[in-house]
Amino acid sequence: MNGLIYLKDVVTLELDAEKCNGCMMCTIVCPHEVFLVEDRKARIQNKDLCMECGACELNCPEDAIHVKSGVGCASGIINGILRGTEPTCDCSEPGGSSCC
Amino acid sequence: MHGKATKKITCDTRKELHAVLNLQSVGNMDIRTTPTPIIGQIETTSGTVAVLSTTWRWKDIWGSIKIRWSVGRMNYSVTPGLYAVGSPDQNSKVFVTGNYKLSVDHLRRALSGMNAWILVLNTKGINVWCAAGKKTFGTDELVRKIKFLDLAKIVTHRKIIVPQLGATGVSAHKIKEQTGFTVIYGPVRAADIKDFVDSGLKATPVMRTITFPLVERLKLIPVDLFYAKYYLLIIPSLFFIIAGLNSKGYSVDLAISNGVHAVVNLFAAYLSGCALTPALLPWIPFRRFSLKGIIIGLLTGILLFLAGFLGSSFLELISWFLMIGGISSFMAMNFTGSSTFTSLSGVQKEMKTALPLQITFAGIGLIGWIISRFM
Ligand code: SF4
Ligand code: SF4
Repeated sequence: MNGLIYLKDVVTLELDAEKCNGCMMCTIVCPHEVFLVEDRKARIQNKDLCMECGACELNCPEDAIHVKSGVGCASGIINGILRGTEPTCDCSEPGGSSCC
Repeated sequence: MHGKATKKITCDTRKELHAVLNLQSVGNMDIRTTPTPIIGQIETTSGTVAVLSTTWRWKDIWGSIKIRWSVGRMNYSVTPGLYAVGSPDQNSKVFVTGNYKLSVDHLRRALSGMNAWILVLNTKGINVWCAAGKKTFGTDELVRKIKFLDLAKIVTHRKIIVPQLGATGVSAHKIKEQTGFTVIYGPVRAADIKDFVDSGLKATPVMRTITFPLVERLKLIPVDLFYAKYYLLIIPSLFFIIAGLNSKGYSVDLAISNGVHAVVNLFAAYLSGCALTPALLPWIPFRRFSLKGIIIGLLTGILLFLAGFLGSSFLELISWFLMIGGISSFMAMNFTGSSTFTSLSGVQKEMKTALPLQITFAGIGLIGWIISRFM
């Protein structure tokens, strides 16, 4: 259904299934159906679809998910390089364009 | 520095108080803080709350168009605080959003026919998705607002509906811990809210997934078009000037005839990267945006060549292809920021190889083109 996939095998998403209690929160917050919960255990089904937004990590009550979250935005990364900071999306302008 | 920060906080707080408690002042507020049509007021335990209209006026539609085209994008915000649609009571649902005017506009329109509360967080006028990434639409701000407004007194239930794209900034279990409210994540698109409510606050997988269809991509193009802002004027002007150089000195005639071609080529390259590539995104081979941009840049170059815009000498021709490819590729890569499926790790990986190449292409192309002036 989702025809748009970005690069393969680059995503930093990790799941510690040991800790998972099967609450389903990760499947609810993920905008790309990356997780699947079966038999009260989560597993990653579409890793390459992950956009590293970090919603799953933030909403997992068991701290079972880790992902280096950030915005996949080239101009944000360039901003970061120029200012010597982490990538920052320049949506500081109110209205914050579409960026991120 | 310190004094300034303190001042800002009190100022914001006062504005919020205005919105929640002191509706009288609404009429005097400037367009910047209350551009949303208010059609009434409701008394609550936390003060008077403004009732918002659920229809869009021409001004709202016009405003949303202006935002897309980057005209007066600044200051398009709504005063944070609690608002109402219809005539909500203590059993009504609470929808959370950011104080970017379009976010509020989409929400109030989606809630037409319902009685509900709208809790507008202070996201500094930025949309929910962006603000959640920066955590201004986040756990802390939501907790602060729930406590500040004494939401637990305004409604008797303990549920708040947060747009799913806000989940990047909001931690549902922390909200529960700190306020007792359960976060229910609503659909990604405001248009699905009706169905979501009708089905008993259940978002279907489709409602939860971000897609990136053609219309959405087209809507984002204008924003990117103005990415380069005044460079859009300066760079073509420089090309115009350089175009007049030749081995015999400077020729104004040449500047005009070649300059026009140069400017057309540059704009074509720019558009090919930031309009054509995004529009055709899923149909262009390769996953990397920079490669997609090169392909469309090449096609654009071929069209310009057939139209006789790339000059007469071989050097000039090659130079233009390099410049067009570099520019188109760079602009296409920038669209990763607008897309809804690119990861930070992925873009970093792509840029590591693409950016040096783009700069080299454009640089060699530029030098080649200048040299070709004198041949
Ligand atoms: S949110 Fe965490 S605990 Fe809940 S299902 Fe997902 S991984 Fe398991
Ligand atoms: S980081 Fe975002 S896109 Fe990736 S799995 Fe988590 S919620 Fe889904």
